[in-house]
Amino acid sequence: MRRALVPGVVVAVVLVLVALPLFLTPYPISLVTRILAFGLLVVSVDLLTGVTGLPSLGQIAYFGVGAYTAGMVGVHVTDNLPVQLLAGVALAAVAALVTGAFVVRTSGIVFLMVTLAVGELTHRLADGLDAVGGSNGLAGIPPGTVLPGGEPLLIAGFVYWWVLAVFLLGMAVALVVSRSPLGRAMRGVREAEGRLPALGQRTYAIKLAAFVVAGAVAGAAGTAWTAQNRFVSPGDLAFSVSAIALLSVVLGGAGTLWGPLLGAAVVIVVRDELAAYVAGYGELLLGVLFVVAVYALPRGIAGSRLRRVPSVKPA
Amino acid sequence: MTALLEVQGLTLRYGAVTAVDDVTLTVAEGSRHALIGPNGAGKSSLFSVLGGATRATSGTVRFGGTDITSADEVARARAGLVRTYQHSSLFLRLSVLDNVKLAVERQSGRPLRPWPSPRADRRVAAAALERLEQVGLAERRREPVSSLSHGERRQLEVALVLACEPRLVLFDEPTAGMSAAETTRFLELVEGLPREITTVVVEHDLDVVFRLADRISVLAAGRLIADGTPEEVRSDAGVNAAYLGAADGREALFTDAPDPTTEGGRA
Ligand SMILES: Nc1ncnc2c1ncn2[C@@H]1O[C@H](COP(=O)(O)OP(=O)(O)OP(=O)(O)O)[C@@H](O)[C@H]1O
Ligand SMILES: [Mg+2]
Repeated sequence: MRRALVPGVVVAVVLVLVALPLFLTPYPISLVTRILAFGLLVVSVDLLTGVTGLPSLGQIAYFGVGAYTAGMVGVHVTDNLPVQLLAGVALAAVAALVTGAFVVRTSGIVFLMVTLAVGELTHRLADGLDAVGGSNGLAGIPPGTVLPGGEPLLIAGFVYWWVLAVFLLGMAVALVVSRSPLGRAMRGVREAEGRLPALGQRTYAIKLAAFVVAGAVAGAAGTAWTAQNRFVSPGDLAFSVSAIALLSVVLGGAGTLWGPLLGAAVVIVVRDELAAYVAGYGELLLGVLFVVAVYALPRGIAGSRLRRVPSVKPA
Repeated sequence: MTALLEVQGLTLRYGAVTAVDDVTLTVAEGSRHALIGPNGAGKSSLFSVLGGATRATSGTVRFGGTDITSADEVARARAGLVRTYQHSSLFLRLSVLDNVKLAVERQSGRPLRPWPSPRADRRVAAAALERLEQVGLAERRREPVSSLSHGERRQLEVALVLACEPRLVLFDEPTAGMSAAETTRFLELVEGLPREITTVVVEHDLDVVFRLADRISVLAAGRLIADGTPEEVRSDAGVNAAYLGAADGREALFTDAPDPTTEGGRA
């Protein structure tokens, strides 16, 4: 009954998102743009953490690969945004495949620490590599074009539409995968990893596939980030970003994909907007938010809404 | 009658505990084999080694004529050797149908396909539903496993292994926790299985054992102390004492549990 409403709600939300630049001024539009790019990163974290049961602090690495690739392509090759997107996603996926081959051999808290290390290494690498601007960051990225030789997107509203398109694409990939046999197998890993080999299914292949998909989605998020800011700096890959991404997943309800998106919106608004009123205490405010959320909404925003009445069974 | 499973001198030690002690055993193709023994006899440990989840300390296992001693769990499952667990191991927050689909997809679909495919998905769903009908859980297919009763979970375990298109199923106490009706259903299910599927059942309920089995092996303290037809095992004096570890074991083993096939003869 409720399920029948879902397509309608999705269409309505997408329409509102598309129409937003017609109503909002550039400043709030840039806030929503940031939420969408960060939200897609959070979705990639949820694919691993919530859907597959592998808590990750490393998706920032593939986000970074996507962001820097898009920036480098923008500076040196073409201002065409679709090309930057494809290059960023491809490189992020390859990076996820190469690192994932080792990373997914671990699980639980060890996985958390290893992904944290991968994220921090990427951060350091960006900081030390002069070819990508080192600690100054990668500047001079030209405004992007959607069609080859077309008009560059200078107006916040147009940039927003491109980021929204990337976001919807990434979200669609996440939803399609999560409804596929691979998605079911990923949830199988989360629920009872040890049972799958007894059914003849190697879990390594499932986890690696999930890791590559999540890496590609994070890469797409990174290219969207670059498209908006036209600047990438090592600070964008800081540990604190991984931390608030994971916080968004927990806050929104792990494993639902859309819940963590709401979590991402709350976290960005709190960090970037409300924090201004408590100057210097933004992180503290997030910490308080997290503690309150864990107590008030133990299953996240999504989990609280969907709490089901226990079914009555005949004795 | 060819041997499907040949176990030779199998030993499993957990530190100082010898859970399986030099067991040599053959399971014939198509047989309905039962494995009995007191608590802690090593039945589950033996299954764990046969399934490949635990590596034997020594000994060899041949399956369908091939040495699988060093094959891992995945390889054994794909070869058709699967087991159920004494303590249900299921995908709790997935629906009942999704649990079975995981096994069906491994078997007949492409388990890692990252996009939906209406036709393939329908075929997988139909095959999974068929397994659920077989065990009587079709009505519960949309429920998360966490809302199933203990007995229903045992039935789902059965559906899962059957979905693997097995040649040999090792059932570890399948009826423990099932209601009488569920047990009857399980017995009929196993009796109705084609003979291409060989079964070994660990079972404490001797009614079940004598109704199902055409061959019984008895394990005590890790050692195989008897192996033969139900009649041979029943008349084996040593079995009863060891089985219950008491002098009056015979009485408790064969007359306490009401068994319609033996009661008349023994009265
Ligand atoms: N993982 C383990 N580590 C150490 N000892 C174990 C382990 N698993 C089982 N054992 C021991 O091995 C022996 C055999 O246990 P097992 O579970 O195989 O017996 P069982 O015949 O299945 O008993 P039950 O009828 O109670 O299920 C027991 O002494 C048990 O304590
Ligand atoms: Mg046992």
